[in-house]
Order: sequence, then structure tokens, then C-alpha cells
Amino acid sequence: MLKNRIIPCLDVKDGRVVKGINFVELKDAGDPVEQAKIYSEGGADEICFLDITASNENRETIIDIVRKTAKECFVPLTVGGGVRTIQNITDLLLAGADKVSINTAAVKNVNFVKEASKKFGSQCIVVAIDAKKVSENKWEVFTHGGRNKTGIDAVEFAKKVEENGAGEILLTSMDKDGTKSGYDIDLLKTITNSTNIPVIASGGVGNLDHLYDGIVKGGASAVLAASIFHYGEYKIEDAKEYLNSKNVSVRL
Amino acid sequence: MNVTIVDYQSGNISSVINSFTEVAKGKVNIEVTSDIKKIKSSDKIVLPGQGSFKSCVDSLNSINGLVDTLKEFAITNKKPLLGICVGLQMFADIGYEEAETRGLGWIAGKVSKIDNQKGKFKLPHIGWNEIEIQKESKIFKDIKNKSHMYFVHSYEFIPEDKSVISATTDYSSKIVCAIEKDNLFGTQFHPEKSDKIGLKVIDNFLKL
Repeated sequence: MLKNRIIPCLDVKDGRVVKGINFVELKDAGDPVEQAKIYSEGGADEICFLDITASNENRETIIDIVRKTAKECFVPLTVGGGVRTIQNITDLLLAGADKVSINTAAVKNVNFVKEASKKFGSQCIVVAIDAKKVSENKWEVFTHGGRNKTGIDAVEFAKKVEENGAGEILLTSMDKDGTKSGYDIDLLKTITNSTNIPVIASGGVGNLDHLYDGIVKGGASAVLAASIFHYGEYKIEDAKEYLNSKNVSVRL
Repeated sequence: MNVTIVDYQSGNISSVINSFTEVAKGKVNIEVTSDIKKIKSSDKIVLPGQGSFKSCVDSLNSINGLVDTLKEFAITNKKPLLGICVGLQMFADIGYEEAETRGLGWIAGKVSKIDNQKGKFKLPHIGWNEIEIQKESKIFKDIKNKSHMYFVHSYEFIPEDKSVISATTDYSSKIVCAIEKDNLFGTQFHPEKSDKIGLKVIDNFLKL
């Protein structure tokens, strides 16, 4: 039986791990390579790096981090943030990333998803969708860390990236991110029911019940969280034991 | 001992290189190349594969003499070869991803899309799944039945002769996830991404 995945996410800025509240107040807290190693040893099913300042600064720092991490962690490594060109993807994969997560570039031009999945295979193309609720059962896609409104319906966009070869969707609720009040379950349920590819839930985890809800109520194939793991409130092991005790199958 | 990871410009092989280098730790020489001479003189071959069946076969064929060299190595000389993911799938006669494409034809069978029961199972099959060991296999030495391995694929290898199957995994049906036939080994899962247990599979292959 396929297990539900737990994915710790490390937000990286200038080579250091940070986790912002609603993408604004950043705290500096650690070396990403060391963090990734701890997660991997704790049983993380995958590790995700999000380069949150990649849009404006040079990309060598994150590539170097990926290179070092990939030599020490032997679980899948996803890297997102500022992935805009085929060359960006090539560089990250050569450094040792297994998947890349595309956000703004996919919104701007969905053909980029098609081109990337054709060249590298769907297995390594994740499309990150940042969605914000605009009315009852309606969500809109945002870009640039939730700053820019696009007018694109999140459900329609999710279907479109699937058609264009995305292997997975990383779905973040902009309303919930940083609030620690749990995933947006309605959003999650709507997207998992409208697509046939795995959906990774993101944004809002404050406790282990939220992970349970994401999988059981939201239908997510994987749950991503940052701060609950990063600040040591819970270990990956705690999350797995908890889910297992509630009959959610995880890799132990 | 020289082990060659075949670099035929198809997909991302960094993780394969990293994991084999980690396990080999200087004891075994790991080469990453498509150089025919080097492949001929190596003791073992690793054939990775990412992307579609068609794109992998096309890439193999685009390197002059590579397919014949691999065949001579694995079929005529019966030296150990490990195919990973599409690397395993290419052992088949035929694959149906993108377009009907002839495989290497080393193990009779076909590669078809996983039956996801009308959307009941999401595809690709991504994540950690348990392997059910079907027969003793040299690369599963000291690996427990029901160990978790990392998968990412939408197509499955269906061999005609079921006796080559060394492990299956359960996803909508029993999917073939490892084969062993004499000197030929293959895993549908990614040992290079399967944590310590995956590294053990690699170690077993290197110790053959």
C-alpha cells in the first residue's frame, strides 16, 4: 500500500533557513544542509527546499546547498523558488535535486510546464499553486509569494497543469500559510477531487491533527509543513507515530 | 572493480551517481560514461532511466554502438547489469508510453500504463510503497519483506515469464517492482532515493 508522505519544507534565504509568518517576518534559524540531514535521519519521506528570494538574487547559493545536501540525504529532494527556465531546471537537477517546483513561471506560461515535463519527465515536475479564497468555494491563483493576484481560478489551473504534464501539485493556501490554524481543507478537497495527480498539502500546519486532516479530510497524498518541524515543536517521528496511531498509513 | 553508470543523456542521474559513490566509498571505482570502450571493460553496469520509455530508448539508440555493447555485456557475456526505473522497463520487447516503441528485448514482455481503475488511484504512482518479495534475489540480501522503497512511475513492466519477478508492490494491482534473471537485475523503484534500505540494495549489487 502506498504510504502518505510527510515532507518538511525548508525556506531558504541567502543560504540560511528561515520561516516567515505570512511570508513577511523572517527569522534566521540554521544551516539548510544540517537541517535536511536531521530530517532525513528522522524519517522524512522527502525534503523540500524553497528558495524564497530566488527571484532577485543569484542562484548559485541554492545550487551549492542542493549539491551538498544531495551527497548526504538519500530521499527525494524537491527544490522550488525562481524556477523559470529549462536551464534553471537543468542546473538544479545536475546539482542533485530530484524534482523542481515551478510556480510563477507556470502561471505566466503553462507551456513551460509542458516543455519541462517533456524534457525531464513528469516525475520531476511539481507545479506549486498558491491559492487564496475569493468567495464561497472559489479560489484564485496568486504569485510572488502571495503578492500578485492573477485572476486565474485555482481549480481550472490545477486541471490545466495536469493536462500539461505536471507530475504533482504543491497546493498552498495563502489564507492559511503561517497561521498555524490548519490547511484549507475545502480548497484541498476541491483540488484533489478535480485532478488525478498527487496533491501535496501546504500552508497552515500548527499541530499534528492538521496533518491528519490534510490526508483524511482533504485527500492529500502528502503533507508539507515547515515551522512545526523547524522550531522543534514536533519531530518527524512524532508526526509519523501520531498518524500511525490514527490508522493513517505512513512509512515507519 | 569497475562499475559503470551509463550516461546516455536521458534524465537526471545525479542521485544515482551520489548514492553509488556513497556506497562504493572508494572501494569500488564508479565511472559515469557512455564511452563504449569503458563500458566493455567494466565489471558491472547500472542502466538508469527517467522520462518516457520512448525518450530513453531513443537516447540509447542515438549513441552509436551502445545498444550492441550493452547486449554483448549483459546477454552474451552475462555480466551483472542493474536497470533502474525506465532502465528496467527497457529490458522489455515493447513499450507503449508516448508511442509504441521497441525495447531492448532482453526479457520477453511489455510496458503498459498502470490501470488506475478510472481515477481511483492517482498517477504517477509517487511515494513510498512496500515491496513484497516473491523470490530470493541477490540484491535483496538482508532486506526484509515489506520494506519501503521510493517509487515514481506511471507505467509497469509485465514480463511473460513470471518466474523472473523478484518483488511486487501493491498499487491498484500487484505491480512488478523488481526482477532477477541470471545476471540481469532491475528495480522499478529508486534504490538511490530509498534511504538506507535503498543503499543496501545498491550495496548488494556492488558486492555481487
